[in-house]
This record gives sequence, C-alpha cells and structure tokens, in this order.
Amino acid sequence: MRQPTRTEDERQMATRDEIVDQIAGFALFADLTTPQLERIAHMFEEEVFPDGARVLRQGLSGSAFYIILDGEAEVVIDGKQRATLARGDFFGEVSILLGEAPGADIVASRPLRTLVLAGPAVHGVLLDNPPLMYRMLQAQARRLRNANRWRS
Amino acid sequence: MAELSQTGADRSADSRPFPPGDYPVVVVGSGAGAIQVSYSLRRHAVDHAVVSADPSPGGMFRRWPFFQRLLSWTKPYAPVNRDSPAYERYDWNSLLADDPTQRGIMPDLMDGSSYFPSRPEMELNLATFVERTGTQIRYDCRWTATRHEDGPEGGRFVLETTDGEYRARSLVFAVGVAEPYSPSTPGIELAAHYADTRPAETYAGRRVFIMGKQNSGFELATGLLPWARRIVLCSPSPAKLSVNTRSLVGVRARYAQPFEDHVLGGGVSVLDASIGGIARAEDGADAPFIVTVRPSDGGDEIVLDIDEVISATGFVTPLLDLPDLGVSTFGQARLPAQTPYWESATVPGIYFAGTIGQGSAGLKKHGLPANSGAVHGARYNARVLAGHLAGRLGASRPAGPPIARASLVDTIVGELATGPALWHQRAYLARVISLDASIGPRDEGIVPLAAFVDAVGDDGDGDALAITLEADGSGAIYPVLYLRQAGKIEERVIDADALLRFDTPATRARIAAIVAEAGLG
Repeated sequence: MRQPTRTEDERQMATRDEIVDQIAGFALFADLTTPQLERIAHMFEEEVFPDGARVLRQGLSGSAFYIILDGEAEVVIDGKQRATLARGDFFGEVSILLGEAPGADIVASRPLRTLVLAGPAVHGVLLDNPPLMYRMLQAQARRLRNANRWRS
Repeated sequence: MAELSQTGADRSADSRPFPPGDYPVVVVGSGAGAIQVSYSLRRHAVDHAVVSADPSPGGMFRRWPFFQRLLSWTKPYAPVNRDSPAYERYDWNSLLADDPTQRGIMPDLMDGSSYFPSRPEMELNLATFVERTGTQIRYDCRWTATRHEDGPEGGRFVLETTDGEYRARSLVFAVGVAEPYSPSTPGIELAAHYADTRPAETYAGRRVFIMGKQNSGFELATGLLPWARRIVLCSPSPAKLSVNTRSLVGVRARYAQPFEDHVLGGGVSVLDASIGGIARAEDGADAPFIVTVRPSDGGDEIVLDIDEVISATGFVTPLLDLPDLGVSTFGQARLPAQTPYWESATVPGIYFAGTIGQGSAGLKKHGLPANSGAVHGARYNARVLAGHLAGRLGASRPAGPPIARASLVDTIVGELATGPALWHQRAYLARVISLDASIGPRDEGIVPLAAFVDAVGDDGDGDALAITLEADGSGAIYPVLYLRQAGKIEERVIDADALLRFDTPATRARIAAIVAEAGLG
C-alpha cells in the first residue's frame, strides 16, 4: 500500500479543512450543518486574483458568484469606486439572480482569495440549502435598506 | 547562441542537446505542452533549452490513463483535409505545426478500433511530432531546484538539474499536474492511489471502495466492472456528467456506465457522503477494511465492509521549490496563480505551459472552464505564449496583416467557421482585429480574451474587435464579438445555429451590423 506523504498532501488537505472552518464562520453559512458545509466546500472552487486584477467586469455576461476568503476588492461602477468588499463578503449574485450582466467591476485591491460558484449552479445550491438562501436574502435586504438611507 | 559552461571534452562525451549553461529561455518537460512550446518558440526564432527527467517524449501519456485509452478524440474522417488547420477541430490530439506534412499526425497512427486513441498511440503521436519537426530535448536531466540571482544584465533564474546549472531570464514549466494527491482522511495510508492501481484482474471478486467521483474514479470503476464484486464510488458532492453539464465539466460519457449500473441497481453504488475513516476490520495486512461514511444529506452514518480502497482524488502540480521562490498557488491541484499569458502572478519571468496552464482561468463565462487542461486547448496556449515570450525577449512585434474593409465580414465569418483556436478555447482565446482608423483594420492574431477585455494584451489597448466562440452550458455554441472603443468594452452576442453554421445570412447580417457599429460599415 502507498504510504502517505507528509508535505504537499497535508498542506493541501489543511486548506480543504480550513475552507470548511472559514465558511462556517461566515454569516452566509451560519445555519448549515457540518456535512452540508463539506458538501458546499466541494461544490465551490478556489480562485485567486493578484492586486489590481478584475474579478467581475461590468457589462460582460456569464459571470459567477464569489465569496471572499481573504483580501479586499473594490466595487467600481463606470470607473468610480463605490464600495470596498472584504473577508466574508460575497458578490456576483445579483446579476445571476436577474440573468443580467454585472452592473459593476469588482477589482482586487489586495491579493484576493475567493470561493467561486458558477452562475448556473447558484440556483440549485440555493434551493438545496434554504438557510443559505434566507441568509442571502437578509444580506440583500440590508443592502437595500442602506441604499435607501443613502438616497434619503 | 547560448553561453555554455561545459568544456569541449564534456560536450563531446555527451551527445544530448542543451548542455548546462546560459539560455534566454529554459523549458522543463517533454510532454505535449513542452513540445508545443519548444516548437513554437523555434518558429519565433527564440533560442532556448528543453530539459526533461524522462527518457523519451510523452509526459503523462507514457503511463496514463490507467486503462490505456484517452478521453480526447481524433476523427479520422472529417469534412476537411487532415493537413489543414480546420481539421484541428476534429483532432484533439495532434500538435500544431506550420508545415502541412507535420500536422494531423494522430489519425495516421490509430488502428480504427476507436476514435479515442490508445495511450501507446498517443505516445507515438508525440514522439512522431518530435521526430518530424526536429524538436530537441535533453532527456534524463531532472530539475532539482530553482533560485534567483542577480546577473550582469539584471536578475535571472538558476535551474539546478542533475546535469548541472542552467541560467535564464525566463523559465517555462510544463511538468504536468502529475503528483498524486490523497486527502488526510483517517486511515488514508491503507488506501492505494489511482497511480498505484493494480491490473484489473487482480480485483476479481473484490469489494472496491473508490474515493472520488471525477473522471479518474469513474475510469477505474468502468475498468473494474467485469472484475469487482461490488464497487462503491464516494465523495461529498454529487457526480456531474458531461452529457448533463453539456460541457467537458463532469464525467465523460464513455465512463458513465458505472452510473447507469448504479441507477439500475446492478451492484455499483454512487454515494454523496464524506468519508469518516478507513480501518482494518481485524489484525493482519490482508484483512478487509471497514469504511465509514457520513451522507451529505444528513442521514445516518454508513459502515461498509470493503476489500480494496482506492483514492481517485486527483493530482497536484509538482512545483518543487517554486513556492519558496514566491510562486503562489491555489485550489486542490495546487495550480500556480497566473496572468492571462500564463506567467506566475507573483514571480515575473516564470511561465507555465501544458496542463498547468489551466491555472490561468480566463473569464470562465457561465462557469465553463477553457480546455487548457487538455492537449486540444493547451496547444493553442503554447503558441500564444511563444509569441508573447518572443516579444518579452525583445523581438519587435510585426504589424498584423491588413484586412480590406470590404472583406471584414468574410474574415470574421471565416474565423468563426474554421478557426480551431476559437473552437477549442471558447471564451478564452480570441482573434483580434485592430481598428486604428489611420491604417485600417489589421489582424492582430490570437490573444487571451481576458487580456483583451482588460486591455493588457500584446495587441495593445487601442480600438479593436475580438472574435470568440462561446458556450453557456445549454448545448449551444455561438459567436460573441467584443468591441473595445475609447477604452470601453462591450460584448455583442450572436444567436446560435442548431447546425453550428456560422455563415448563415442571419449571422452575416448581424456581424455586418456590428462592424458598422464599429465605424467600419
């Protein structure tokens, strides 16, 4: 039988365990059980972006849903910076839910490590995990409230 | 020519090419990626060395797939001539060459029993390309370490090998995603990795538990169907099938038989569950195993009596000490983070080719990855990388050939209908036409789409049009044109045609309208 190696493999698996631990601490996943979190962790992929890289591009279709594991990103609309996103924040869901191209660029302002879920997979993940859908709805409600306050 | 460090006597004793010394570029590997990069660098007159630990060309195809048949097809009979670039659409396995006699090598080597070449046929395909094109590789020369040093003309890399040290401003690693990976599941030391699977007949009458539900797991299950008494495939998330995702994401159709066996109750079980642990049922090296799994839907723990456990959990990238040099990696495969031109995002001058190039994900529109992890995609990346490297090393970029305004629509339609790079690297590589009003439209060649839309490509940041073919997972394949004008990018999606015709009157009219929109009508 093959003996386990204790270098790259272990570092790799620590990353997988770390992802489950990290997302368990995010509000979005707060209501999920451990098996559900493990399943979610396997459905998302990890993607990294260097400082200055564009993650989402305003007006280009076919984008995905992202959750920030580490780093920061700026929300840029028509060249103007509107907000900063950080660890635990997520983006991309609005364009997927509406079937439209993103209305903003998302640009890494520090090296960014994310979990990404392909746009077409979002529908199924939300339906399979109602607590996740509820938490996302809460986040959207807060954003809407804040936007209304800003306008008033 | 490279400055050599060996003495004349050393060189005469060793007939292999590329002795240790200084080169502008050093390529590591001798699989499809390395061979294509070397060939393409030579076409750009870029002096370089190629070193490989292996004794012959072929890379992973010298050993795998385990059951000796590829997943990528070559259709011997196609609507176009084999020696034309258009044939590359139907031939996923031949490397790219400018000379028609060096193209389309794969179909001539196949025995007709399948349109998926056997592993030995693929290995011979690559060896034949090397021979016909005169590609030089220094075999039996293993890369052992890497460092960076300051030289008389700036920084450069030192590649330590079993034959000595190579110095170069740029390194290209095409060493595959080939290092077996197993998770840290309790008892994993009792499992064999895919890479250590035994001949199928030795599993006769055995109860086999396969960790992982991707192609490698289903490949093993398919090969073991006539032998194993019971097969369990297990991982936390559901298996995806390519016929459902309508893409290369998921298990390919030819490995779907175990899934049908599962749904028809034939003795194969496909479980969505995390694996709690593997243990011997009793003392003794030959004792059976107990495998415990926790269903992802929250059901009760399941305990399985098993004779063999195989970890089909994939491979990681063998980067040796590159992470210590600052190369950042990500994901389960430990792929290096890369720019759109396959350069390390954190260590400039280090590039990647072959299947490692999938670390440069591009736009990944609709969640569909490019085909950079396979020969039919990576071969185009290698050609673009070679041109990019030539520019980095000082070669002036020739002006693209002009395109008459009157033939612009025909040019675009022709590229969509026959351009193999666009076909195989959808929403990833684009044909770019510059739109400088003072000199008229020019063909700027193939550019990574991510570089084009972010205006960081070798085509510059001026007004231009990019041509791509794309898919959205619905089964449709359709053209998309990107207009870059005054620094702003807009996309124009063209309706799909059920018969994949890109020269219909409707498509021509739509393209003509977009061309007019770009001020060229």
